[in-house]
Amino acid sequence: MRTYVLRRLLQTIPLLFGISLMTFVLLQLAPGDFLNQMAENPGISAETIEAMRVRFGLDQPWYVQYGIYLRNVILYFDFGQSFARHQPVFEVLSDGFTNTLMLAGAAAFITWVLAIPLGVIAAVKQHSWIDRSLSFIAFIWLSIPEILAALLLLMMAARTGWFPVGGMRSLDYDELDGISQFFDILYHLALPALVVGLIPLASRMRQMRGSLLDVLRLDYVTTARAKGLSERTVIVKHALRNALNPMITLFGYTLGALVSGSFIVEIIFSWPGLGRITLDAILTQDQYLVMGAVLMASLVLIVGNLIADLLLAIADPRISYD
Amino acid sequence: MTEIVRPDGFDMRAASGAEEALRLNEDVVAPQSPGVVFWTQMRKSPLAIAGGVVLAMFYLLALFAPFVAPYPQEEMDRAKYFHPPQTLHWVRADGRFSLRPYVRDMRVTDMSSFAYEEDLARELPVKFFVRGYSYELMGFLPSNLHLYGVDPPGRIFLFGSDSFGRDVLSRLLFGAQISLTVGLVGIAISFTLGLMLGGIAGYFGGFIDTAIMRMTELLLSIPSLYLIIALRAVFPMDLPSHQVYLGIVAILAFIGWAGLARVIRGLVLSMRKSDYVTAAEALGFGRFRVIARHVLPNTMSYVIVAATLSIPGYILGEVILSFLGVGVQEPSASWGNMLNQARSIRALTSFPWLLFVPGIAIFVTVMAFNFLGDGLRDALDPRRVSGGRA
Repeated sequence: MRTYVLRRLLQTIPLLFGISLMTFVLLQLAPGDFLNQMAENPGISAETIEAMRVRFGLDQPWYVQYGIYLRNVILYFDFGQSFARHQPVFEVLSDGFTNTLMLAGAAAFITWVLAIPLGVIAAVKQHSWIDRSLSFIAFIWLSIPEILAALLLLMMAARTGWFPVGGMRSLDYDELDGISQFFDILYHLALPALVVGLIPLASRMRQMRGSLLDVLRLDYVTTARAKGLSERTVIVKHALRNALNPMITLFGYTLGALVSGSFIVEIIFSWPGLGRITLDAILTQDQYLVMGAVLMASLVLIVGNLIADLLLAIADPRISYD
Repeated sequence: MTEIVRPDGFDMRAASGAEEALRLNEDVVAPQSPGVVFWTQMRKSPLAIAGGVVLAMFYLLALFAPFVAPYPQEEMDRAKYFHPPQTLHWVRADGRFSLRPYVRDMRVTDMSSFAYEEDLARELPVKFFVRGYSYELMGFLPSNLHLYGVDPPGRIFLFGSDSFGRDVLSRLLFGAQISLTVGLVGIAISFTLGLMLGGIAGYFGGFIDTAIMRMTELLLSIPSLYLIIALRAVFPMDLPSHQVYLGIVAILAFIGWAGLARVIRGLVLSMRKSDYVTAAEALGFGRFRVIARHVLPNTMSYVIVAATLSIPGYILGEVILSFLGVGVQEPSASWGNMLNQARSIRALTSFPWLLFVPGIAIFVTVMAFNFLGDGLRDALDPRRVSGGRA
């Protein structure tokens, strides 16, 4: 197990290297750079811009810039400076990353707390009206894109005033005490988390249903029933445990999807996460910030997949990676 | 009848017996061609057929957009910003029913909040096949005939007007030309790439396989929206709309091939050692011919279903880019930049049609593709395709 984890972690190194190289080349292909936008400002002299170009190393060929970038990242864990924000990239990103993780975590909670019971009910009452209506709703729900769900909930918030229409904190946040601050963020988190969480709900529920139905057909479940166990015990203690295995893998894989899924929701609800930062950085050609954001988002996806495989090994003793 | 036993032990007499049983016993279904099987299966899923019909209708409307749309997409009416959708009336003021519907002219009652009220006295009968602005249908058929319209200076806004006083229905139709075709063109490119590269990787193995698979891993480990946005940065932000269109297609195709290539590689690997491939190789066919003519056609049912279920992802890619303001630029319409108009709190509270019109169009399109894809999967192939959401 340990060697497997080690091997997987080692495999991510060339992958991250490749991602950084590709992103860097893409950003170099982009016409102009951050300083071009500054050059249009008559208040900034040509000498200042030239000085900044030298300071940021933008006068060097791209492979030299990339080399310097890599060296700083590897040796000093320094991801460069954000041109637009005058802050180290790492600082900007760690805030955004925490906020995105908070959103993704709350969303995952909503998805799974609803998906597993609903899927189990649909499987246990297969072909009943509950199962049919859940299937039908899921079928429709699968076609609602995140962007529409977010705009609809925003419309609801704007019309009723029940929820804030964006942001992460109220204006008087700093004057609140600790508990009120927590609830204030939770209040702002509710709608974006609901959108990100409800979108994958339909497919997770269908997968839970399918997985449990597969297990319920197996002989050992029949045996459990035959020895006179109550249906409840058969399902909860015998069937569900095995039916959850594929769901555990899915949980890890969807961690990465959550980061991508929250991108558009962050922008619509002005949630100060990684997606918001990335879009701003792209628009201002803040190249090291884009680099950092893409690397960080990819890392979540890669680690999510690793966690998925590990969780499965922990949950299912039949699987070993050695 | 002479006894014929073939070298592989297959008893012809038994076979002819089976044939007889087939003729006598009506429960045994005669063998059918794949096409017949496909249509019998498709007929069993009305939702899939409904999806197909809806899509056919949408694409036809997009093709004939200038004929159906009463106004050009960028035509503004500066006196009618945020004009609400008009209702079609069938009963005239004097209580008589009329087969020709009419709309009532609307007046602004409050310029600051864009409140409108119907002018009961001014009925604008809807006329069909009227002459209006000139256009070239499909780029080569010049005409100025339009499906419907009202006599100027009256205006008809069946789906309302936007912040520039432009007809939302006209923009929806012209926007469909962009939003609906991005998916088809994008999928055509990325699936060609995915099939070729996946086929090559699976068939040849070795170094080529490793190289292609590492490339797909790279593309698949960057969350898709981050990659799309980073790729968008490669092109200048202020391109003319047809170039933006090509740029969006290129971006979506570039990231779309990876997932398919991996599946195709797997399918090809499992087929590579099958008898018919060995036979084709034994006949001395070239490797590319074997891949293109013998191996890849067997992945077709999977590919058709996967393509149908992937198109919504491409359509949403364009919608999101244009929504974020880095896709199709105003004044050209796309469903994404139409949604962008609905984004402000004011539009959401007071002008809901700006969200609902493009929103419902997107939702129905995505749903129709999903229904059609599910139906095709059941009809074409029992092999499961997962996904449907990019």
